[in-house]
Amino acid sequence: MTNGTPLDGNAMAGDLREIFAVDVTAARYVCAGCTHADAVGTLLLWHQSPGLVARCPSCGDVVVTVVRAPDRVFLDLRGSVRLEVPLEGS
Amino acid sequence: MARTAVSGRLTWRAATLAEARWETPTARTLVLDVPDWPGHLPGQHIDVRLTAEDGYRAQRSYSIASAWPHPEGRVELTIQRLDDGEVSPYLTDVVEPGEQIELRGPVGGWFVWRDKQPAPVLLVAGGSGVVPLMAMVRARATASARQPFRLLYSVRTPEDVLYADELRRRVRDDAGLDVHYVYTRKTPDGWPSPPKRIDVAALNTYGWPPDFEPDCYVCGPTTFVETAADILVALGHDPRRIRTERFGGTS
Repeated sequence: MTNGTPLDGNAMAGDLREIFAVDVTAARYVCAGCTHADAVGTLLLWHQSPGLVARCPSCGDVVVTVVRAPDRVFLDLRGSVRLEVPLEGS
Repeated sequence: MARTAVSGRLTWRAATLAEARWETPTARTLVLDVPDWPGHLPGQHIDVRLTAEDGYRAQRSYSIASAWPHPEGRVELTIQRLDDGEVSPYLTDVVEPGEQIELRGPVGGWFVWRDKQPAPVLLVAGGSGVVPLMAMVRARATASARQPFRLLYSVRTPEDVLYADELRRRVRDDAGLDVHYVYTRKTPDGWPSPPKRIDVAALNTYGWPPDFEPDCYVCGPTTFVETAADILVALGHDPRRIRTERFGGTS
């Protein structure tokens, strides 16, 4: 999985859909480091089980981390000023 | 999500392998029966989870290859075997029709094509990165959509082309679809140019002009995706219209 090259935030979709009722990869984030804004699917994703680290493609700051424990998930969004989530059909 | 959105959290479920077919000597399509499949959009993927007898688990993400609706109500994945892989060799060489696979999906809502998007579409595939783009080609046909599609498909050798017959047939029968191949290691006999990697000339010649404001989807190994996306931006395409999916070195 980890070979020094990142994937895209798209690859977080399954883990995030276990937590959220909507698809978060299509949501727009605003990077707390540089205010770059784009879809979560565009973040650069490093995957090292049990954690996912998603960085801003513009400045490299960590925007989202997801860490899985056997019975819970730790989600850290401190690198994101906000998430703007499109609601299908509204 | 597709029109039939799943409410609440997504959970793992068992699917049954209905049939399997080899696309190339190293890539196999799995046709799955998934109970209560809610439908999906082309470009979405499925997470597959394998559990060993000692409880060890490995999970991988695979793009969905088929469009929805599907003639048999099934879902297809095409798996490229990676020899040192942990999951792909099981899916290509071990699992047989009638057996079950644990999966979670469909997931992803950003690297998707919706038939409501009016723009022409440029699909840029590197190797097995063609899989989600093939789902888009198939979805366009299923929806009888008229947006012009161009697929630029980079492969090592002619033997590595996935869906070769189907692409030939679709190009023949559909004036709105073009496919152009770039061979990186070996070309077919009589091919006009030596093997080469995807470059400015190929994307400039076989892509759409930036003025057409096409929606671009680029999928393949990480370095391929970054190179192709950089070239598209350099040619004048709006970065906001370029969607990428890196396959990395997943196994």
